[in-house]
Amino acid sequence: MFHGVFSFFDFSHALEYLPDLLYGALISVELTFAVMALSLVFGLIVALARMARPRWIRIVATTYVEVIRGTPCLLQLFYIYFVLPAFGVRLPPFMAGVIGLTINYSAYMSEVYRAGIQAVAKGQLEAAQALGMSRSLMMRLIILPQAIRIVVPPLGNYFISLFKDTSLASSITLRELLFTGQIISATNFQYFTIFTIIGIIYLALSYPGSLAVQALERRMKIGYRTRRRTVLAGAATRGAA
Amino acid sequence: MIRLEKVNKSFGHLHVLKNVSLEVEKGEVVCIIGPSGGGKSTLLRCINHLEKIDSGTIYFEGTPVYQFTQNGKPVVDPDHRIEHFRSQIGMVFQSFNLFPHFTALENIMVAPVYVRGEPRDEVRQRALALMAKVGLSDKVDAYPHELSGGQQQRVAIARALAMQPKAMLFDEVTSALDPELIGEVLRVMRKLAIEGMTMLVVTHEMGFARDIADRVVFMADGIVVEEGTAQQIFSAPKNERTRQFLQTILERNAELEPAEDRPASV
Repeated sequence: MFHGVFSFFDFSHALEYLPDLLYGALISVELTFAVMALSLVFGLIVALARMARPRWIRIVATTYVEVIRGTPCLLQLFYIYFVLPAFGVRLPPFMAGVIGLTINYSAYMSEVYRAGIQAVAKGQLEAAQALGMSRSLMMRLIILPQAIRIVVPPLGNYFISLFKDTSLASSITLRELLFTGQIISATNFQYFTIFTIIGIIYLALSYPGSLAVQALERRMKIGYRTRRRTVLAGAATRGAA
Repeated sequence: MIRLEKVNKSFGHLHVLKNVSLEVEKGEVVCIIGPSGGGKSTLLRCINHLEKIDSGTIYFEGTPVYQFTQNGKPVVDPDHRIEHFRSQIGMVFQSFNLFPHFTALENIMVAPVYVRGEPRDEVRQRALALMAKVGLSDKVDAYPHELSGGQQQRVAIARALAMQPKAMLFDEVTSALDPELIGEVLRVMRKLAIEGMTMLVVTHEMGFARDIADRVVFMADGIVVEEGTAQQIFSAPKNERTRQFLQTILERNAELEPAEDRPASV
């Protein structure tokens, strides 16, 4: 039985494809980091927009989130790569992938941020208000620092799922890990060998990530004791000494 | 200093404050007592605009604030004006509400530094002095979760005082505390009262009210039922409801602890 399976797996050629596949993996990783960095920022902006006071800003932000969450990510990528050229916007695959996935992930991550912000105790807002803080000051000094602790674990999970979702960009001709494999296997028909290697590469890269997220989660649970520096820490500790 | 004129507030169809008028003079300590749900806390929260009033006027140092009518038109205060008034009135909550990601000293410093833009070093000196005043000089670098409830509440008082407020609002500040921790908080408040701070105190500590209040206000069902000096209210209440309320409290205290009332005499 084992012999049967392993006869499918062509070790002699595996090494031959490996450099190409690893290069594809590098593209996937680059795409992941680019999209994650952008989505962390845009997601927060969208979350704040959804809670902004002017009604029209809220409507625009809410519509954006609902449209993105209600349509497939793949369709969004197609739209950017295949439809936009009709309007004169021609993007290289990597750029289209970054933009498409960022638009998608920002919508989901804005919901995480929003939940985190709303999870901060109401008494915290009242205490900040009673001290005369403006809304922006309160957000910056009191709410966001507490919300961050709440949102880090779920955002970490999005980070891992984003890495796997970069494979969607294979359908807009980006030569990331999966598409590289498709190209190779289309010429030599070694599907078993190649897609197994690809699976192992994805797993090898995402499992450490998931361990890191778990470690982060534990750290967040410990409490505020582990924090050494805060906005006023320098001043405060010196004063105490 | 603080004057409420015919203030009304409803939550849905629950009419919580009904035409409430009240005045607190500079340097005066006014205690509000009464059964839960009587509108005491709501009244306090309205003064700080944590709740929006439906009608009526609140004056601070003679100026109408938050919501008032001018030439028959309602005027809604811009945010910065509301924030400015809030920064002049300190408020202490039942649930402390210290900022958990700041140390005790940072909790005290954050508002003067960021709201007023005062120089850090000056604020730090003042914050250290306030920590000493509330008896917590050794807890300067502690985070709130490392402090007992009584200690947290004393930091919360110091935090409010750091803004050098003209008046202080206390919203049942000892209700969430273990009995043995109530005394240390009342002691700080007593000190403030003696120093001449204008205070409006919602409390269930009758002994405290009797001892330090210049005036006691009895509120029930959203109205001020009776007000007068502590002597008048506690010894010779005119209103039947006041009498009943005090009777219930006294009986309960007698049942709980036959000895002299606990932290009242601190």
